[in-house]
Amino acid sequence: MTDAGPGRGGGAMVEFDRVGLRYGPDAEVLADISFNLQPGSFYFLTGPSGAGKTSLLKMLYLAQRPSRGLVRLFGEDLVHMPRHRLPGFRRRIGVVFQDFRLIPHLSARDNIALPLRIAGVSEADLSGPVGEMLSWIGLDERAHAFPPTLSGGEQQRVAIARAVIARPQLLVADEPTGNVDPEMAMRLLGLFEALNRLGTTVVVATHDIHLISRIDNAQMMRLEKGRLADPTGALRYPPANKI
Amino acid sequence: MIIPRVPVQHRRLLPDRRLSGPTPWVIAILMMLTLLAAGAGVGLARAANNIGDAIAGRVTVQIVTANPVTRAEQAAALRRQAQAQPYVRAARQVGQDELLATLGQWLGSAGGDDPVLRSLPLPALVDVDFVGGNRAGQLSQLRTLVAEVAPGARVIPHAEWLGPVARLIRSLAWVAAGLVLLMTLASGAVVIMTARAALGTHYATIEMLHLIGATDRQITRLFQRRIAIDTAYGIALGTVVAAAIILLIGWQWSGVTSGLAATASLGPMGWVLLLALPLLAIALAALTARLTLLSALKKIL
Repeated sequence: MTDAGPGRGGGAMVEFDRVGLRYGPDAEVLADISFNLQPGSFYFLTGPSGAGKTSLLKMLYLAQRPSRGLVRLFGEDLVHMPRHRLPGFRRRIGVVFQDFRLIPHLSARDNIALPLRIAGVSEADLSGPVGEMLSWIGLDERAHAFPPTLSGGEQQRVAIARAVIARPQLLVADEPTGNVDPEMAMRLLGLFEALNRLGTTVVVATHDIHLISRIDNAQMMRLEKGRLADPTGALRYPPANKI
Repeated sequence: MIIPRVPVQHRRLLPDRRLSGPTPWVIAILMMLTLLAAGAGVGLARAANNIGDAIAGRVTVQIVTANPVTRAEQAAALRRQAQAQPYVRAARQVGQDELLATLGQWLGSAGGDDPVLRSLPLPALVDVDFVGGNRAGQLSQLRTLVAEVAPGARVIPHAEWLGPVARLIRSLAWVAAGLVLLMTLASGAVVIMTARAALGTHYATIEMLHLIGATDRQITRLFQRRIAIDTAYGIALGTVVAAAIILLIGWQWSGVTSGLAATASLGPMGWVLLLALPLLAIALAALTARLTLLSALKKIL
């Protein structure tokens, strides 16, 4: 098993053990994936296009169950977990997508407030956190703007704010900087780093090797052709910025 | 609850486009047709029942004796003696003027004072209503009495010639009930298609709501509320149009005094049924939408 974090096995936030994933009757897109993610760590997931990064992330944010193997999240077996229990786990996970996936007819403020509203937080109680989040991403002035009127960078910041407003224990980002310029990419990465410092486990899938080198103490997992490509173990432990 | 309560902020998760799609309009048309069919069905069923009650225990004795004086005497005697029988509730001799007026409607002289009409050799008629009980036995006893009092007179049970009409009307009422059922099923199908289309249209939103931890019940309430409201608009529109048509027909019908036609009416229970149908339709639509949505969402992880 690849242990992507400093501790192995015990106390891991996420455990994948010989996980395989196939869509329909086709060959497996992911095969024999085994790793642990430790709480409070920062991980990059890299690999060429088609390597299976998005499929792996889908399993991490509970949009997909594996075809085989064991997945444990927050200490619980997710493979056999009844469907009705999944929402409770999803509320502990924040997700950021390359294409933002903001709800276009909701304002930036309402998009950010969505996870809290879904969780049943009252309007009185959510206005403070949402206001803070808007300030944190620098969009106070655009709180009532609708996504189609925001720039790519602004939309991605709103998406990140939405992903973290409920203080998730795990943040999963799929190519979050793919649609923004390099300067904005660095700003977004700064947001992830700040979250990680607050204790959130962060997993970022990216092609951008320069991005990876910017985060101290980040761990790296590399996928190639549906397998974790780390035969020597050389990529497991050193901080990503040393690679 | 038919239209679930959803917090105002959650309602905005679906774009606010009311009456924009075809659903409310299709539902309005189906509701209107359903109510018209139901109204026709209730009216026809009541008419059939009224006719049935009226004809079940009534016979007409037709005295055709050639001599008008003898004929009148036989008719009077038969009425008197029939009235005295324990199995007879009422016996009435149909007046000559009434006969002429009835014939006049068919032969073209509304007042019945046409000399040609008056020259016709009209039979004497005696209507006899039986008390409840063994109708066959009562009819047999009456035939015996008629043979004694007015030999040669014909005893005509109304059921013989009005029965097929009553059965036809009852069949039409069942056809109307079948139409109500079919249109209810069609309305349900429209709601199912609407729910599925809504899920398809808003799939990205639903997927996102799932990913941030929304339960199927939360998502279903959103869509169920929207579909129930859209459907309610359609049902209200269809009900208003149908009510206007039924009232207009009722107003025109009130001018019809012909025996058979006059027996058709909705009655208090008919009106209650017609008023209950739209409410039942809204409840059915909401339930159908809920079950469709929950079933569809279960297929999404």
